[in-house]
Amino acid sequence: MALLETRKLTAFYRDFQALFGIDTRLEAGETVAIIGANGAGKSTYLKAITGLLGGEPESVWFDGKPIGALAPAEIMQLGISMVPEGRRLFPSMTVEENLLIGNYGRSVPGHWSIEAIFELFPRLRERRHQSSTTLSGGEQQMTAIGRALMSNPRVLLCDEISLGLAPIVIRDIYQALPRIKATGTSVMLVEQDIVQAMKVADRIYCFQEGRISLTGNPSALTREQIHVAYFGS
Amino acid sequence: MIGWIDTVIQGVLLGGLYALFAVGLSLIFGIMRLVNLAHGDLIVLAAFVILVISRALGLNIFVALVLAAPILFGIGYALQHFLLNRTLGRDILPPLLVTFGLSIIVQNGLLEAFSADSRRLDADALETASIALGGGLAVGVMPLMTLVSAVAVIFALNYLFYRLPLGRAFRATSDDPEIAQLMGVDNRRIFALAMGLAMVVTAIAALYLGTRATFDPSIGPARLLYAFEAVIIGGLGSLWGTLAGGVIIGLAQTIGAHINPEWQILAGHVAFLVVLVLRPRGLFPRAVD
Repeated sequence: MALLETRKLTAFYRDFQALFGIDTRLEAGETVAIIGANGAGKSTYLKAITGLLGGEPESVWFDGKPIGALAPAEIMQLGISMVPEGRRLFPSMTVEENLLIGNYGRSVPGHWSIEAIFELFPRLRERRHQSSTTLSGGEQQMTAIGRALMSNPRVLLCDEISLGLAPIVIRDIYQALPRIKATGTSVMLVEQDIVQAMKVADRIYCFQEGRISLTGNPSALTREQIHVAYFGS
Repeated sequence: MIGWIDTVIQGVLLGGLYALFAVGLSLIFGIMRLVNLAHGDLIVLAAFVILVISRALGLNIFVALVLAAPILFGIGYALQHFLLNRTLGRDILPPLLVTFGLSIIVQNGLLEAFSADSRRLDADALETASIALGGGLAVGVMPLMTLVSAVAVIFALNYLFYRLPLGRAFRATSDDPEIAQLMGVDNRRIFALAMGLAMVVTAIAALYLGTRATFDPSIGPARLLYAFEAVIIGGLGSLWGTLAGGVIIGLAQTIGAHINPEWQILAGHVAFLVVLVLRPRGLFPRAVD
């Protein structure tokens, strides 16, 4: 039984259908990457899992239970946490407050605490009392990841964590992923940066216009296959 | 000269009352972007609740306030949970229309239950008690308690917002309701708690309203206006700003009245307009809106 599964997941924005029957699986301890071009439906897919779109009960399963119709706060309490696209830190709060709000709905014992986050991203310790609006893009992303980890989630959903960041910062952030994985958290990454995604993922799904165009182990896929799945033939 | 100093002191103290009117409004707008047009009538409702409890049980009004606070919290929670949450969305018109309707319902409900007679909350000896400041100046104990209560309420709310997890959830919801949900914050429950809390503040405001002057079911809208002006002068989202706004209106009114008693109300509104022209976002706007 997969830890997180979508079954024939569809999503609509009014009359526009963004996802067409998406079937995906994330096993416990696994890192899965969702790749695809802009507008392929990747972010919509994550929003649907977190309950922000409100869907059919049996379109999303977590730990053997249907969660597709639960409210976002209920889904978070089960142990699914998200790093949203564009970081979306709370602007009125300091770095520390942004981290502390991360476990508001779910406070369970586990590896992640504010101290553990500061060990993962030491720069945040220096900035802890600073307003989140004064941080660099990379520091904001670290805070957003830390905030999502504070609840000791079983599944961490990451939406475009490399977007808009300098390559050296992207490297720092991606270096944290294996350490997150080592704590037993399963990771679902949505990425446009195929190279980064392929390096860390156990498995990938490629989305194209709201459908899965390719799936497999990164090492078993050829450039040609990915090119076709990404851009269309 | 003594007359002017006294005017300024009285103005600052009156500002405490306006700040208390305004804090509930500011809280609700800050957290859920809801403009509650029934706020003034809810203050009057709270005054009647305190009156009924104090008369029925023969209690001092301060004890009656302690009993009224949880009842009003419940009314606020239920109001938000069953009615106002349904009006919140992208369109700003439904909450305005519904709270306007609520204002009419509360006014007429109070009129039906209590008639149009003027009432007062009786604070016994405190009403006439005063503290001499020397030089012929004195401050009333009740007006002083009003200002002290306003400051204490704002301290308590700031403590909640900046020190406690629930306060962080309030701020998170205010900053970004969508992302707050991803932190496990149930926005609708937060909104209901905020409205309950605002009603408790309203009850404190109502106690001082009812002891300072008489009240009847029709006076709510004017209190709403003062509250609005205080919030906007202070700048949306800042409770200390709201206190400053209340004090500015209070000062303008007492100074206006000192020059000519007919100018009291007008002077408050003029001060509001002047601030609006000079600082359209208020004196202490939030850095991030």
